[in-house]
Amino acid sequence: MDDKTLLEIKDLHVWYKVYGGYLKVLHGVNFLVRKGERVGLVGEAGCGKTTTMKSILQILPPGDSRIPKGEIIYKGKDILKMSFGELQRLRSKEVAMIFQDPTAALNPVFTIGAQIGDVVRYSIALEEKRVKKEKIKTLSARALKEVYMPDPERILTNYPFQLSGGMRQRVCIAMSISSPRNLLIADEPGTSLDVTIQDQILRLLKEIVEKQGTSIILITHSLGVAREMTDRIYVMYAGTIVETAPAKDLFKNPVHPYTRGLLASVPKISGGGIARGIPGRIPDYLNPPPGCRFQPRCEYATPSCQEKPPQLFEIDKDHFVACYLAQR
Amino acid sequence: MTQQGNSEILKVVNLKKYFRIGKDKRGPIYVRAVDGVSFNVKYGETLGLVGESGSGKSTIAYTVVGMYRPTSGQILFKNQNIGMEAVRRPLSLKKEIQIVFQDPGSSLNPRQTIEQILRLPLKLHTNTPKKQLKEKMIELLEKVELPADYLYKSPPSIGGGEKQMVAIARALAPNPSLIVLDEPTSALDVSVQAKIINKLMDLQKELNLTYLFITHDLSLMRNVANRIAIMYLGKICEVADAATFFEKPLHPYTQMLISSVPVVTEEEERLKPKKVVSIGEIPSPVNIPPGCSFHLRCPYKMPICSEVDPEMKEVAPEHIVRCHLFGKQASG
Repeated sequence: MDDKTLLEIKDLHVWYKVYGGYLKVLHGVNFLVRKGERVGLVGEAGCGKTTTMKSILQILPPGDSRIPKGEIIYKGKDILKMSFGELQRLRSKEVAMIFQDPTAALNPVFTIGAQIGDVVRYSIALEEKRVKKEKIKTLSARALKEVYMPDPERILTNYPFQLSGGMRQRVCIAMSISSPRNLLIADEPGTSLDVTIQDQILRLLKEIVEKQGTSIILITHSLGVAREMTDRIYVMYAGTIVETAPAKDLFKNPVHPYTRGLLASVPKISGGGIARGIPGRIPDYLNPPPGCRFQPRCEYATPSCQEKPPQLFEIDKDHFVACYLAQR
Repeated sequence: MTQQGNSEILKVVNLKKYFRIGKDKRGPIYVRAVDGVSFNVKYGETLGLVGESGSGKSTIAYTVVGMYRPTSGQILFKNQNIGMEAVRRPLSLKKEIQIVFQDPGSSLNPRQTIEQILRLPLKLHTNTPKKQLKEKMIELLEKVELPADYLYKSPPSIGGGEKQMVAIARALAPNPSLIVLDEPTSALDVSVQAKIINKLMDLQKELNLTYLFITHDLSLMRNVANRIAIMYLGKICEVADAATFFEKPLHPYTQMLISSVPVVTEEEERLKPKKVVSIGEIPSPVNIPPGCSFHLRCPYKMPICSEVDPEMKEVAPEHIVRCHLFGKQASG
């Protein structure tokens, strides 16, 4: 770990309690974000992307989730061992998260001004005892201006239902940047929006990140979005990181059979048909398959794949793959 | 299916569908979901209908299958007018046009077994003897590569992709000639999507089906459709065959859409028109702007655009554009 590292997740396991046992969702996730880096986390639905991110902010459902093993080190401190006060500071000063569905993220019965105002107030309240109402208002309006909202003062008095989907997502982004942050987690920020609006939102995020020098973790299921937005991509499958590489290398030279299958399944605008996809489906987390979790769907699987899960292995500079195939 | 005299299986002429949502002093207020759309679908082809949410693509799908009655305009299926409500549509026509919905989680009854789901269309539309029903159902499942024991499962116990396969089997049951696919894969992952799309393409060849394929995913459209129609606010902006569409997009909206698609290879990057940056959002279909409905977001806006609604112009064979930029070229 060098001084450029902002966040490092080491061998993280997360279980969810259900009737009949524990869903062993995360199974040894290793993840690293450097200062100012744009990182993409790609994977299909149900592979544990959001769970990983929620465990960074410690907003997993209490009581139903367990972290049996692992470390999440942010700026040299383990988040899992932080006190409540430290966590509050982390959430209001250091890390912010933008959720997938802006309609669900905003409370329909409060005005935009009240909701952004709360975020602003909590982040100032850590330093100043008395917070003036005018200050909250100007800071909120400034945040809205940063995301190119027309007429911010009026928007502050509006309710979420008065705005369109793209505008709501802008409000969510404004909330997350209303006070300076070091890490922004964007959980599928464009998925519930149309392509042209998604394009606008992604361009906006890119600009903000560049302007403020913030690190960003972009969660997405679209490889195209990850390619255009990030420097480094982590590919996740069933609670494990199967491959990570700088964005360019990953698309030029995908190694893990899952990454390859995923990449071939993406329809291309240059035509040429679509590959056959990947047979089977994501494993049952209650009784996950032994060894490599991809092994039941993998066409190259050998008996040794069932014995022990493969570890990440450096095959090229900065290009890691968790597959026995690559090690041979 | 035998080829008819003309090559069009479905012809839609100036179709309009307005929904009344209330009224004020000036009279009733309508949402103009589909506002004067004409297109045709040829035998055995896949026509892609693309547009952002709120552009009216699903309304067209529902009107074609008879879930809505058109406000005005004609829908001709094999030269028969079917612009009436489904209740009044003869059973023989209902059998010919089937639909697959976007979310198989809500289009399949979770309390029925797959056997019950597949039995109804077979009983209604085919005169299969009772003893052969099960055989026929297994055959249907085989067509979509599902094992026979799935007959006794219920939708919640199978995966999303498998559910959509069941929905496809249900649509195939009455032996239709036109299937309307309303975003059949947008709720699914790419690896599952690839499997379903390939199956649909195989079935089309095998059973001589015609598809009206609706999606918002342009890159998917490139790979499945023969011809593509782009919709914006209840109107069609551009119709062309799939290859031309991506190589020479003419309408500014089409260019904006294509340049917004996130891509995964360098080759695709070169295809994207770089000049059009997406601005603004789709206006509400209650207050459609006067003139060309796209002029508020258009980078090439001219004074005429906010006054006169452009007409459909054929700029090249089989390539139709509705934009003032090209209207002049075609006439002079």
